[in-house]
Amino acid sequence: MQASGLDRNRSPLNYYTWVGVFFLVFTLIIGALYVATIKIDYVWRWYRMPSYFVNLEQVPIISDHAGSVATVTKSGEDATVVVQGDDGTANPYEIPGADVWVDEGDTIYAGDTLGAFKEWRPGILAQGMWVTLKVSLYSIIFGILIGLIGGVARISTNPALKWSAITYVEIIRGSPLLVQIFIWYFVLATLINNLLLKYGLREIDAIWYGVAALATFTGAYVTEIVRAGIQSIHRGQIEAARSLGMSGPQSLRYIILPQAMRRILPPLAGQFISLIKDSSLLGMIAVRELTKATREGITTSLQPYEFWFVCAILYLVLTFTLSMFVQYLEKRMAIQ
Amino acid sequence: MIEVRNIYKTFYVPHKVQALVDVSVEITAGEVVVVIGPSGSGKSTFLRCLNHLETANKGHILIDGIDILDSRTNINKVRAEVGMVFQSFNLFPHKTVLENITLAQEVVRKRPKKEAHEKAMGLLDKVGIQEKAGVYPDQLSGGQQQRVAIARALAMDPKIMLFDEPTSALDPEMIGEVLDVMKNLAREGMTMVVVTHEMGFAREVADRVLFMDGGKIVEVGSPEHFFTNPTHDRTKLFLSQIL
Ligand SMILES: Nc1ncnc2c1ncn2[C@@H]1O[C@H](COP(=O)(O)OP(=O)(O)OP(=O)(O)O)[C@@H](O)[C@H]1O
Ligand SMILES: [Mg+2]
Repeated sequence: MQASGLDRNRSPLNYYTWVGVFFLVFTLIIGALYVATIKIDYVWRWYRMPSYFVNLEQVPIISDHAGSVATVTKSGEDATVVVQGDDGTANPYEIPGADVWVDEGDTIYAGDTLGAFKEWRPGILAQGMWVTLKVSLYSIIFGILIGLIGGVARISTNPALKWSAITYVEIIRGSPLLVQIFIWYFVLATLINNLLLKYGLREIDAIWYGVAALATFTGAYVTEIVRAGIQSIHRGQIEAARSLGMSGPQSLRYIILPQAMRRILPPLAGQFISLIKDSSLLGMIAVRELTKATREGITTSLQPYEFWFVCAILYLVLTFTLSMFVQYLEKRMAIQ
Repeated sequence: MIEVRNIYKTFYVPHKVQALVDVSVEITAGEVVVVIGPSGSGKSTFLRCLNHLETANKGHILIDGIDILDSRTNINKVRAEVGMVFQSFNLFPHKTVLENITLAQEVVRKRPKKEAHEKAMGLLDKVGIQEKAGVYPDQLSGGQQQRVAIARALAMDPKIMLFDEPTSALDPEMIGEVLDVMKNLAREGMTMVVVTHEMGFAREVADRVLFMDGGKIVEVGSPEHFFTNPTHDRTKLFLSQIL
């Protein structure tokens, strides 16, 4: 670590003392929290948390037919149960792992369990994280598209384009995201889905209205970021491009945007980190993303403390990964 | 080659400035015209009107017979025929020297990559920095950058070259190398309009000198006329200040 030179030099001993103080304070806060929870008789069960990520689940194999078990044959690891139906049909059921619960000759009703096998299934937190990741990724992609178009429209001399962009940005930035999500879900979604039904088409899932809300929200901020990025490029650049006979769009594509991209990237990263965090609001419109999944996990497990900490850490993992990725991009884009 | 008829240009922002007032001039093919005048006299504005970087408010500008102030004119086509060199070079910093010179050839002239590449290397040789083809502009000296900028403009095979104080941003020891390139160009018969304070260049290369003041062309004449017996008082005063 390089001292700035503005301050007097610190001795190494002094430096490590303060490093020690940092860790001490950090430990004390966590310790105090732990002690407080013990005082109110909270039982920490961290060991249960992994099962909410992956779970070895028993999957039952259920008979669709009524009748009796004709044969149970093993073949290596697996077994096959043949149910002789009352209607005279023979119905084979594969049971991987050969955990067979019935014997030959047993009477079977439709819905009876013939056997079971075990399978690793993603737990509720893994599912929630996957939804959050998916929603964020789609919103980022659409947000960039909207922002690029919006940013270019925003600096256009065509009033229709320019004013549309300004109106869009001002409306989005001037109202709470939660309200926008509700408008997308309770107004636009019911409208669109009813229209779709009327014309015999399939309804669109809530998650896509959530993506639309996040993408249009982010798009407004990206629009401003793109505008500022483009305007930060020296006028001489576009003049040089145009004086060579390039059209406006050509200058934008080959000269302005590549240079603007480099300046846009850091604020863009901040915007997308916000987006990942804001996706937690989609739980309000029945999208089972990470926060909603956490709440569901808590209702079944009654372990709120563990769940909320894990939830926060998972968001941190996502945002940290994103900011690392952007740093890598920045390095790659820097000249040489 | 260039015909300027009674053009006016007024800026309204940040405040009203009449940058060009009833400017008319005719420049024939192969002619080298040097534009001189005090700061703010409208030299840059005049030059920038010639390739429509500024739009003249009134009048006509014919480039090779095409009226560039006519809204039906495809200005990009005209600009491809009119090269421009800026005081601050304006090279593309995210492209290598070679890419700076090939880009517009490929995008505007639709030349195949190989042809554009050969053209660029030939021009870099001509301006004397072929060995810098692969580097980025910020690794070049000012003089080298300006020579690349000239090569970039020449790559379009322009009929006219416009120079706006091409040596004003350069350290004195680099001015010569850029002027030499321009002199060669003039000798090859390029039609050139050059705004400059380099009176040596004007004396040596110019066919005609325009003196501008207050948005008007005050005096036009041969270099001998200018540097021996200028007519107008403003011209005399200006020349006495800079010579
Ligand atoms: N884009 C612009 N907006 C507003 N005013 C401008 C603009 N460009 C030029 N002007 C004004 O027009 C007048 C002429 O400017 P111009 O740049 O043509 O002068 P110049 O002769 O090139 O001067 P210099 O020798 O300083 O480059 C000046 O008063 C200037 O302030
Ligand atoms: Mg000027």
